[in-house]
Amino acid sequence: MATFESGLRYSESHEYVRTEGEYAYIGISDYAQHALGNIVYVDMPEVDDEVSAGEEFGAVESVKAASDLISPVSGTVVEVNSALDDEPELLNKDAFANWIIKVQMSDPSELDSLMDVEAYKAHCEA
Amino acid sequence: MYRYFPHTSSDLQAMQQAVGIGSPDELFADIPAEARLQRDYDLPASASEMEVRRFFEGLAQESGTPRAIFAGAGCYNHYTPSIVKSLTARSEFLTSYTPYQAEISQGTLHYIFEYQSMIAELTQMDISNASMYDGATATAEAAMMAWANAKKATCVAISATVDPKVRQVVETYAHFHGFAIQTIAATGGTTDREALSGMLAKGGVAGVIVQQPNYYGIVEDLTGIADEVHAQKGLFIVNANPFDLALLRTPGEWGADIAVGEGQSLGIPMTLGGPGVGYMACSEKLMRKMPGRIVGQTLDNRGQRAFVLTLQAREQHIRRQKATSNICSNQSLMALFVTIYLATMGPEGLREAAQQSYTLAHELHDMLVATGRFKPTFASQPFFNEFCLDYDGDLDVLCSALEAKGIVPGVRTGLHTIMIAATEQNTRQQLHDYVQTVKAL
Amino acid sequence: MNNKLYGKLIFELSHPGRKGCALQQLPASHHSATDLPAHLLRSAAPRLPECDELTVARHYTNLSHDNFGVNDGFYPLGSCTMKYNPAIDEEVAAIGAFAATHPEQAMHHDHPMLRIYTQLRQALAELTGLSEFTLNPCAGAHGELTGLMIIRAYHEHRGDAARTKVLIPDSAHGTNPASAAVCGLEVVEVRSLPDGTIDVSHLEELLSAIGSEVAAMMMTNPNTLGIFEPRVLDITAKVHAAGGLMYYDGANLNALLGCCRPGDMGFDVCHVNLHKTFATPHGGGGPGSGPVGVRKGLEAFLPLPYVMVDAEGRHRVLTRREERPLSIGSIGAYLGNYGVLIKALAYILSLGREELRHVGPLATLNANYVKEQLRDTFLLPIDRVCKHECVFDGLADKSTGVTTMDVAKRLLDYGYHAPTIYFPLLFHESLMIEPTENESKETLDAFIAVMHKIAEEAQSDPEMVKTAPHSTPIGRVDDVLAAKHPVTTYWKSLEK
Repeated sequence: MATFESGLRYSESHEYVRTEGEYAYIGISDYAQHALGNIVYVDMPEVDDEVSAGEEFGAVESVKAASDLISPVSGTVVEVNSALDDEPELLNKDAFANWIIKVQMSDPSELDSLMDVEAYKAHCEA
Repeated sequence: MYRYFPHTSSDLQAMQQAVGIGSPDELFADIPAEARLQRDYDLPASASEMEVRRFFEGLAQESGTPRAIFAGAGCYNHYTPSIVKSLTARSEFLTSYTPYQAEISQGTLHYIFEYQSMIAELTQMDISNASMYDGATATAEAAMMAWANAKKATCVAISATVDPKVRQVVETYAHFHGFAIQTIAATGGTTDREALSGMLAKGGVAGVIVQQPNYYGIVEDLTGIADEVHAQKGLFIVNANPFDLALLRTPGEWGADIAVGEGQSLGIPMTLGGPGVGYMACSEKLMRKMPGRIVGQTLDNRGQRAFVLTLQAREQHIRRQKATSNICSNQSLMALFVTIYLATMGPEGLREAAQQSYTLAHELHDMLVATGRFKPTFASQPFFNEFCLDYDGDLDVLCSALEAKGIVPGVRTGLHTIMIAATEQNTRQQLHDYVQTVKAL
Repeated sequence: MNNKLYGKLIFELSHPGRKGCALQQLPASHHSATDLPAHLLRSAAPRLPECDELTVARHYTNLSHDNFGVNDGFYPLGSCTMKYNPAIDEEVAAIGAFAATHPEQAMHHDHPMLRIYTQLRQALAELTGLSEFTLNPCAGAHGELTGLMIIRAYHEHRGDAARTKVLIPDSAHGTNPASAAVCGLEVVEVRSLPDGTIDVSHLEELLSAIGSEVAAMMMTNPNTLGIFEPRVLDITAKVHAAGGLMYYDGANLNALLGCCRPGDMGFDVCHVNLHKTFATPHGGGGPGSGPVGVRKGLEAFLPLPYVMVDAEGRHRVLTRREERPLSIGSIGAYLGNYGVLIKALAYILSLGREELRHVGPLATLNANYVKEQLRDTFLLPIDRVCKHECVFDGLADKSTGVTTMDVAKRLLDYGYHAPTIYFPLLFHESLMIEPTENESKETLDAFIAVMHKIAEEAQSDPEMVKTAPHSTPIGRVDDVLAAKHPVTTYWKSLEK
């Protein structure tokens, strides 16, 4: 069973955002990692790359599926979770504890168009 | 009933009864009458095996077998050892399909792993895929890889010294995929380095493609190109003849990101140019961007070493419209030709065959120039087993005279220019016959 | 039998100093490749295996024992048409004179190899009801790409460049959308009805919304579920009315051989897979061949090199764009996988007009026979007459936890190749069975009996089925390990 964490914002394509001031930690939801199965590779951008809301910034691969990562917010990548290079399965172990990129947001108002946990839960059940 | 259909009339009756129909025609009742074929095919009547054999043997006899072949230009008359033909004809290899069921496909998976290892070693690249259609489409796929890899680019650049057949295919793919191809000018038969630097300085070049040896047979000095291309964040793509890599500096040593080419020279008969095999190898950091199948090593549930199709998430059937390539097969049996060829030749045999090709080509070159009728199209350029010469007479007459003696003289690249290749299958007697025919005119 | 010594990797059988070939003795020469400047030469000899010929023979013969081909047993791999590959076809394709022909040697205008090319393309035109074929594409996917390029070139030539969308049923194989994307076209999915056929009302909606942007619609018929699209004439007419062309993916053409032709159903462009419908061997994944045919009026767009035949039957191979200005250009260096073309022509000549008519009906009868015999133990999601293949949605009884994967693996223990599994994607537990026209009633009965037995085993000993196969050279493999830490060369495997 997938778990849901409150206090985060979620996108329709199953990315979550945890905010810390002007910074956004972006990862995939527990629901998403369940759907993908054993994750074998995470394709991540480089520090200083620009990301835009609604656009692809990388991909997550399992044995039998590949899913693009869509950025929920716009901004500049300030850090990538390089632990995922060697241990992509961390996303399976705990998707919420293991964010993928940290972004300095250029337009925090974009967060408003994302879902809260209740709306996201409903989205997953639909 | 017929040789390939085992159904007897009692079989048909029993099966129709089980399905609940009176005739097979009822199974097609859902096809609109207007779309049904209401007549016989306008084709010859069924032929016996003897008739089929006679038909093709007659054509083969008419076609004839040349005594000596000096044509190259991307397809070379290297020798195929008998053991290659005999083992590749085994029905377990020939009549199987894609190794999806790893448990009963280890034969195929195992040799593809060996093939990948051999290609990686010959090119000195990190990894190879399981093979592609041919060298030309492999080069086009490499161009698309460079295009997909680039963040801000406007084109892929290709040297004018790359085989025009390959350039045409790259241009077709690029045109429809939606990116431009810029041609890097040639000077004296080699890539014009100033033109290349100028193009790179303008920016927007996703990749640079060169060929080694180039179309004219010249071994180009590629020193420094990789650094120039990488400084612009582009990919350096080297199309190399893998046979020649027995001796020549490798794409890996030149700093290539992707190595591609036609593997026909590794033991595959010419057969009017196909089937051959395209190879593609790349650096580890591009592994997940490489199109085509890849076989990897793993373990089975009994703890044994096993091989399996891997990294499939890159492939078209998963990516669908997000795929950057639509290839969903490989030239597997031709990869087996290459694998067994290389295993049979070994490093020493391959070196020796390459050395003989080099030697015979250079001897023929010098003998032809010494007749006084030819001069090198590109003076004092190093070549491997193929070279261009300009003839001072009527090339039609010369070629006809050679063909009349069963000699395929080469590939004509201009009104007066002919490109001539030699392989270990040529003999000094054949060289002598070639030169005598020239002298007799 | 697999010998453990010779079944190793060829690199592990290598011994320095051995070789498996002998070349002519070439006495000393003034010329040696070592004359080349040192920086043009490789720094170290390639680490290729060093083996004598017998070691090579034993090694690859042992590997072949770990494989399964059509000649080994029943191979009901759905959508792949694993027919018998006649021995005579191999023999005539390997004739020395053909093998020794260089693609750029001077060719007389009636050279036999060009006549073979023409005879095959004319036969394919007759069999599909289209005007003209190119035999250059090397595989089905290559043919799809070529066909879509032709369609784009046609619209561009008419000055209608806004047609950049391709309609593709959601049940299509993934290669269709991938080919469209590579060709620079945008994919729009057309929904399927619960019975797997195209939702024509959805198609109508799409056409009225974006009809003027539609370059083509791609269709497989019978579709990926083995079901004939009953409204095919309606569909092709609607797409034509909107100005789009119809592309026929020949993946399932075998079902229709002898019954109906893509051209007569209204298709404008199609590819056929010689390695499926025309019995050329699959070769472990290739070389295949995917000739592309076009309706009258589209011939000028066919790719280069183009084999031209004039009114007197004289052949000429055109390679330059100036000679065929509307052509899409080259999609390969030469005339495709020529050796495969010889085999396909041999097959067509062998069967001839009489026997070719039986191919589709017998393949279809075989598929329906299997479907009827298995319908009680396996879940039949679409209960109607199928064509050359039938699709089940796993075991009828889902309570045992035995999946389609398990059934497939257990079949290997009984000496059968597995059907296609987990495709089509419309069902969770797809199991797609394609018994070709070459299979006898006894073969099918034995297979059916084994399928029933596996269903029983799923009840009596589910754990045994879930851990199958048990009698194959290797057991189930660790896909995750392979993908997570890719080891794709012998050299990499040594690093550990």
